Amino acid sequence: MAARAIWKGELKIGGTKIPVKLYSAVVDRTVHFHILDDKHLMRVKQHMVNPDSGDEVTNEEIQKGYELEPGKFVIITDEDLESLEPKPSREIEITEFVPPEAISQQWYERPYYLAPDGDQKAYFALAEALKNREREGIARWVMRNKAYVGALRSEDDYLLLVTLRNAEEVISARDLPKPAGRAPTQKELTMAKQLVGLLEGEFNAADYKDEYRERVMEFIEQKARGKAPRLRAVKSKRKAASLDSVLQKSLQSLKKEKRAA
Amino acid sequence: MLSPEGEPLSRKYYSEKTEKDLDADEMVRGYEIDKGKYVVITDEELERLAPEKTRDIDLKVFVPEESIPPVYFERGYFLTPDAGSEKAYKLLAETMEKGGKAGLATFVMRGKEYLVSIFAEHGILRAETMRFPDELRSPEDVGLPKKTKVPKATVKKFEKLISNKSKKQLSRTTLGDEQTERLLKLVKKKSTQRKNIIEVETEERDEGKVIDLMAVLKKSLAAKG
Repeated sequence: MAARAIWKGELKIGGTKIPVKLYSAVVDRTVHFHILDDKHLMRVKQHMVNPDSGDEVTNEEIQKGYELEPGKFVIITDEDLESLEPKPSREIEITEFVPPEAISQQWYERPYYLAPDGDQKAYFALAEALKNREREGIARWVMRNKAYVGALRSEDDYLLLVTLRNAEEVISARDLPKPAGRAPTQKELTMAKQLVGLLEGEFNAADYKDEYRERVMEFIEQKARGKAPRLRAVKSKRKAASLDSVLQKSLQSLKKEKRAA
Repeated sequence: MLSPEGEPLSRKYYSEKTEKDLDADEMVRGYEIDKGKYVVITDEELERLAPEKTRDIDLKVFVPEESIPPVYFERGYFLTPDAGSEKAYKLLAETMEKGGKAGLATFVMRGKEYLVSIFAEHGILRAETMRFPDELRSPEDVGLPKKTKVPKATVKKFEKLISNKSKKQLSRTTLGDEQTERLLKLVKKKSTQRKNIIEVETEERDEGKVIDLMAVLKKSLAAKG
């Protein structure tokens, strides 16, 4: 079944406008639980209370506060928030292009497919040009009262728009303190390189399956039928040994596996 | 969220039947199998359901850094070494960074299985949680139209445009959030006017628990031998 478009807009690139529809590229497969009260096995409700008196505070009475410093709030009204909303627009503006490696993995947030909404030729031509030039476009748009920045990519002939996090949300590794301790010795580096070398491979998405999610769902179904199996307790793991011996052992066992294969 | 008097509020759960607030030990987790009918699943059951091999972070494969499509990435976490594991940390970080490799692993934590890729940058390890392949739609799932033949001239036109507007780096200012900046400006304006400011006594807060992935990682290496 085809998915439903969540938004319609126009890709603006140079003087050209390409009408597009936006589709989520993500499916929610989380096993969703509800919180129940244990006596009646009914879903619980939530409310906000004053922590001192325990009295309920209704939605109309709640004020929003921005915390300046611990315990010090500036009151922000709904009108304030409305005045901050960006102007509605249907335009997805592409401002610049960068090589994919210029965007660290940390920035990517959520992918959306773009579908042509009329001009198919321009749509597929842009996808092909992005692929040929090995570039990602930096896009800006406003969707549902929120301003977004995203990366426009070409993937399997199609255009994909991945939202990017805001600069305030992303910490650079350069700003973190370097870990303490001595630098690795040449011998250790050689061993580690060998170890990594033995585990080298390609990223193959088909190798990864959420087995745990499947087990949980299976267990729920069994339990619903009154046939849940007894589960064994979890054993605790051994303690870690010294780095040297760990590397040695890992290398040996991996080499053995390789020979056996 | 604050009360009309400006006190920070707390969120409470209550039973609709008794209208009483509930403590954590008066609540259970339920999966809805039919409307209003639930199967109760305990923390212990969730923990015991985790396959043994997934209880530690086990780096199974190292792949070229740029070979994982960005659609998989969900959220990044910096990893810090635990006391005593600095050596292993530095060694792994240096080896991966020099080789341009990312490590892939799966593990189970708090009732959820995670697929992570681990990257090394400036001597720091970072884990990126990833979507599983079945959490991503394919173009066919979405119902995207088949590719049509495109005029070469149009492709050329876009290629030229891309080249003209290409930059080597992405600047942080490009990724600034105007909405947040405007909110912060408003907050500043209001606070200098000394209007709408509320002060309350604070209690010590529970800082979110930091998970020491390195310790788990090291344990998993040890368990291999």
